[in-house]
Amino acid sequence: MNILQEAFEKSFELVFTLNEDLFEILLLSLKVSGISLVLSCLIGLPLGTFLAIKSFWGKDEFLVLFNTMMGLPPVVVGLIVYLLVSRSGPFGWLGILYTPTAMIIAQMILITPIIVSLTSQIIEEISQEYKSLFASLVVPSHKAIIAYLFDARYSILTVVLAGFGRAISEVGAVIIVGGNIDHLTRVMTTTIALETSKGNLSLALALGIILLSIALTTNFILIRLKIGAKRRMYV
Amino acid sequence: MYNSNKKNLIKLTPIEVIDLSVSLGKDLILDKVSCSIKNNSITLVIGPNGAGKSIFLQTINGLTNIDNGKITFNKIYNNDEIRNKQAMVFQTPTLLRRNVKSNMDFVCNVKNKNGKLIIKNILKRVGLEGYDDKPARLLSGGEKQRLSLARALLIEPSVLLLDEPTANLDPFSLKLIEEIILEESKKGATIILTTHDMAQAKRLASDIIFFNKGKILEQTEANAFFRNPLTKEAKKYINGEILL
Repeated sequence: MNILQEAFEKSFELVFTLNEDLFEILLLSLKVSGISLVLSCLIGLPLGTFLAIKSFWGKDEFLVLFNTMMGLPPVVVGLIVYLLVSRSGPFGWLGILYTPTAMIIAQMILITPIIVSLTSQIIEEISQEYKSLFASLVVPSHKAIIAYLFDARYSILTVVLAGFGRAISEVGAVIIVGGNIDHLTRVMTTTIALETSKGNLSLALALGIILLSIALTTNFILIRLKIGAKRRMYV
Repeated sequence: MYNSNKKNLIKLTPIEVIDLSVSLGKDLILDKVSCSIKNNSITLVIGPNGAGKSIFLQTINGLTNIDNGKITFNKIYNNDEIRNKQAMVFQTPTLLRRNVKSNMDFVCNVKNKNGKLIIKNILKRVGLEGYDDKPARLLSGGEKQRLSLARALLIEPSVLLLDEPTANLDPFSLKLIEEIILEESKKGATIILTTHDMAQAKRLASDIIFFNKGKILEQTEANAFFRNPLTKEAKKYINGEILL
């Protein structure tokens, strides 16, 4: 049988038979990526906004640094986090190696620069657009920041989605710090890698299709939101 | 119906501009300009493109840095309290990426005003009644400018600065904006407005400031200016000749 056809059948079977293992892996993937995304947004959105609207010495260097970090190789991040949290590392006492917590930290390091850089670009654009108006209205800084973030919400949603995409699809870092332990740190991407190495290609592909479906659904919802916003010229 | 009772406005006038110089980058835009703007006047700032009219307005509104000279409002230097009683309408209106009502609400929020009823009345005044939910950036050019003016009116400004508010507008918007300018003046506001429209200047102005190449060449009462301009540049400008 064609391997693609087999993979599609397998993926449907896994989903519609409510396969326990699949849903455990899927939920852990969403949990790890979701938590790392929320934490990255909590850091990245204010930091990106700060970089966009404040002038200070070394600002350009900061932006270059974050832009460069957007392309951080996941395995390198995984290795660094591994060295930091392994028993002999400075944070070894936390005992978080091969736990979802270490995976969340690794993913945060990967996606925070994306959130910071893209937020900074978006907020810089809108703050320039509103600059004269806000100066004329004597808008206090905190109200200006709220207005920037609110009015750029649709663009920021795209940023959040980009972060989520990076997190959910990432394998290199989580496999190093998580160890791909069954029922503990096994997520979609590490399972795909494992099944591929075992030669179980149709199952690997089936998991890939499910992962892709999640990404497609999320993107579809966001694109619909953005099209609606564009029609009203809110973007 | 319009209420002609004068508002209880903070007195920001006379506005005294003394030896004011403003540069943008290396370009000197305003070159030691001096003038006095009387209380409750409608002062039309006219002059060719690039003469410095818009920067003059923006400097009064505290939006540009001053190289030299000073501006005082009833003998007080510009500060946030004074700026809170000024409103500026830009030539190209900047509207928030929201609907009409939210654009108005934002000003209320910034100025800590409870403005539900006021907003309704002002939108009616500028001909935008029933536009509450319409996305602001989908309005026509005239409607955008009227919304921009509505936001300014919400502040109940003592000094209203208008930078070519009727440029490229249809007759309906032009008439409506001019009526509102006259109404605000009757209520006690001091109005400073830039324009290239000589007919409009004649209709509205109590005083004229004529700019050319960053300098004020004339400041006089409107009737005197149009009857007998003192400089050859002003004569040429009124007659529609090109100033080089």
